[in-house]
Amino acid sequence: MTKRYDAIVVGAGHNGLICAAYLAKAGHRVLVLERRHVVGGAAVSEEVFPGFTFSVLSYVVSLFRPSIIRDLELPRHGYEVLPLETSFTPHLDGPGLCRWPEEARSRREISRFSAKDAEVYPEFSLTMTKMARFARNIIDSQAPDPTSLDPRELMNILRLGKALRGDGNSFLDMQAKLMTMSAVDFLDRWFESDVLKAPMSCSGIIGTFLGVRSPGTAYVLLHHYMGEIDGAFRSWGLSKGGTGGISIACANAAKSYGAEVRTEAPVDKILVKNGRATGVVLQNGDELEASMVISGCDPRLTFLGFVGEEHLDGDFVGRIKQYKFRGSSGKVNLAVDRLPQFRDREGSEFLRGDVAIAPSIDYLERAYDEAKYGSFSRRPYINIVIPTLMDPSVAPPGKHIISMFVQYAPYNIKEGPEKWPEKREAFGDTVVETLAEYCPGLEESILHRQVITPWDMEQEFGLTEGNIFQGELSLEQLLFQRPAAGWSRYRTPVKRLWMCGSGTHPGGGIMGASGQLAAKAILEAGEL
Amino acid sequence: MPIPTPFHSRTSKLCTSNYWKGWAGYYTVTSYGISHEPEYLAIRHAAGVIDVTPLFKYEIHGPDAAEYLARATVKDVRKLKVGRVTYLCWCDDEGKLVDDGTISCLDENYFRLTAAEPMLSWLDRLARGYDVQIEDSSDRIAVLSLQGPTSRDILKQIVDADMDALRFFGVVRCRIDGIDGWVSRTGYTGDLGYEIWVGNDDAEKLYDTLMEAGGPYGIRAAGLDAMDVTRIEAGFIMNGVDYFSAHHCLIEPRKTSPYELGLGWTVQLDREPFVGQTALKKEKEQGSPRLLVGLDIDWAEVEAVFDLYGLPPELPASAWRDGRPVYDENDQWIGQATSGVWSPTLKQNLALAQVEAAFAKVGTQLRIEVTAEYRRHQVTATVVETPFFNPPRKRS
Repeated sequence: MTKRYDAIVVGAGHNGLICAAYLAKAGHRVLVLERRHVVGGAAVSEEVFPGFTFSVLSYVVSLFRPSIIRDLELPRHGYEVLPLETSFTPHLDGPGLCRWPEEARSRREISRFSAKDAEVYPEFSLTMTKMARFARNIIDSQAPDPTSLDPRELMNILRLGKALRGDGNSFLDMQAKLMTMSAVDFLDRWFESDVLKAPMSCSGIIGTFLGVRSPGTAYVLLHHYMGEIDGAFRSWGLSKGGTGGISIACANAAKSYGAEVRTEAPVDKILVKNGRATGVVLQNGDELEASMVISGCDPRLTFLGFVGEEHLDGDFVGRIKQYKFRGSSGKVNLAVDRLPQFRDREGSEFLRGDVAIAPSIDYLERAYDEAKYGSFSRRPYINIVIPTLMDPSVAPPGKHIISMFVQYAPYNIKEGPEKWPEKREAFGDTVVETLAEYCPGLEESILHRQVITPWDMEQEFGLTEGNIFQGELSLEQLLFQRPAAGWSRYRTPVKRLWMCGSGTHPGGGIMGASGQLAAKAILEAGEL
Repeated sequence: MPIPTPFHSRTSKLCTSNYWKGWAGYYTVTSYGISHEPEYLAIRHAAGVIDVTPLFKYEIHGPDAAEYLARATVKDVRKLKVGRVTYLCWCDDEGKLVDDGTISCLDENYFRLTAAEPMLSWLDRLARGYDVQIEDSSDRIAVLSLQGPTSRDILKQIVDADMDALRFFGVVRCRIDGIDGWVSRTGYTGDLGYEIWVGNDDAEKLYDTLMEAGGPYGIRAAGLDAMDVTRIEAGFIMNGVDYFSAHHCLIEPRKTSPYELGLGWTVQLDREPFVGQTALKKEKEQGSPRLLVGLDIDWAEVEAVFDLYGLPPELPASAWRDGRPVYDENDQWIGQATSGVWSPTLKQNLALAQVEAAFAKVGTQLRIEVTAEYRRHQVTATVVETPFFNPPRKRS
């Protein structure tokens, strides 16, 4: 044992790296330990097949906090995000529905299904923008603690309440509906066309084990909508060089401030002495000391894996065990030798965004039905991007990558999650078959295929139960309850052990807010 | 990606400048030539033809059509007679402007509404309980605006209805060189002028007929830049420029009421309930915080500002709509000018502005920003009556 660190961050996901960068920038000696050979965690790019760099898991960037980009000078370190331009929903009959950046063009497309919906669409956007502006107050600050009587806390809650009331009662009413309704019910208040509502409702279920008709999914809709409002930053986008590009930029920033980032250094245990974290033990037996340990991993892996129940209260252990993961999605990445051809559509302009296989609400709900009883959906919801259209650097010239997020692929299949490897290829086949129904000839264009099941996400990426958000983004696990009531402020019951991953407020998506807010909380606490 | 209007095969040949812009999802001509001035002069001295197809149009049929429109808009449309057109606006529940346009009474229980924005969903929401059918005819009716002092003489050559009998804000169904359509005595230029409404399939023939008949009368295709100059001279406001529809406002102060925009004359308050009535009644009683005014920007002072740098006064080539702050004499911000133009006819530097009500009296002297050689200055702007330009031929 040689070097002593001020802080060791476990896991080089984007949140861990961001947290490390802030701490290093503040002058602390920080070490980031990563189990895999590459940084990024779930925000990772890998050349899986020669010449093809896949965004292996997370594939689009939304909500990345602009303040992080500025604070850590990320553009200087290679942060480049290309905006997604369109949203396309193919149909088995006809040219489907494409939403474009130009309002008039979207209106014409939508009016093929409902003239009224076409007009309501901007009105809906305005309402959601208002809501999202409010919600942004929440994701850019620590979770409000409604149980506290601390005057500062009360002021914070008052401030939020004032923002909530500021726009009048209709706003408050809308907020209440958003918190309680299902995505479909909420959209029903505006739209009549199933064809439009289906792809819109999908934002409400991503990363949850819920259906588009399950209560509470309307809020998740908003969570995803926020990505669309940062006009100046266009924060729905694709990272150049794949999603890992963002993690690499964060790692470079951290290193530029003096942090050390070590890959292929799997942590076995977080050392706890007298209720206080003192360092980590690596799987190779090396012990590293630090005056603080910060876990970027999810709460279950952190507390039940690295810390151990013996160092924790039974009550707390119980709450961590109850914290829901229930991974529900998989990923299929294809390398293809030509662009997919969709029915009755020419060119590729309509593919410069995301493509949703979500032809109807019933289709989505049926996909969920199968998952409820322990099977992957025979016809799943698929969210597709073809990054090579905007960033040709990730594939050989003329070749393309089709990146597919697939839901539902429940971690808990009825045969047991450990049986996933036997089903992996069948799952991949289902996904390819589903897409091929919309683009005939797809199969023949496939050069390589990578299939990632929730089991793989857990085993290879350390995401418990394969949940992409380190815990479901459902209402009862958000804000002051993420990951457990009383422990939403990045601190843990173990002294000098902090959390900074997606399993903390505000969680989910490549936004970096958890890492940033954790670092700020740590610096404010003055324990370093 | 905008789409062509039914006149595209004709307008694209004439548009030698290739100056186009999107309007409601259509390609429209900004100016046919490099300068819009000949087109402006045609409107004021001969006749200009403007393709205004992108206007949103709704056909409203049914026994309750008048009743329904009286409910949806600020005007008691029940009083509108067959063959008459009226200008009006409509509001949300808070009495804030949603859009403005015209309603033509084409027949018993048959009206046509024009709007600047898509309005089908809005109209439909208010239609519950009324025996009406609302059809979005925006994409099937082509419209040409023929504006200028010779417009009547041109139409007389080709229209089978009596153009002398068609009064200001009248509308008549007729044949235009055999084409079935409507001619209304309306426009957005403040001049003698007409709008001609035909089915898309007849659009090209209408265009050819009109241009041929208009040849001896100095007819000329005119673009949106020329029309913009004339509409400001005429004191007409524009949705999205001089005000924002309540549907798009993220903040309350952006919304405006008809009274604030000088459209109070369109509001018929004392009658059966209509959308926004309660709020409008209250505003009428209490007064409006802001008012629309015309401004005449002092030319001598503009010259003096530019003279500081040894420059002749520079003016934007066409009408401007980028908004300029307006101050009182104590340098307090009291409103904004939302569009303005140098009027070639009146030889005045004009603007439409919204200012605090206390400063809206004709003759009040205000200050407006003028930029010369990258630096900002203030010059005097005097509140004047609108329309700035109001020739007798407009109503003749």
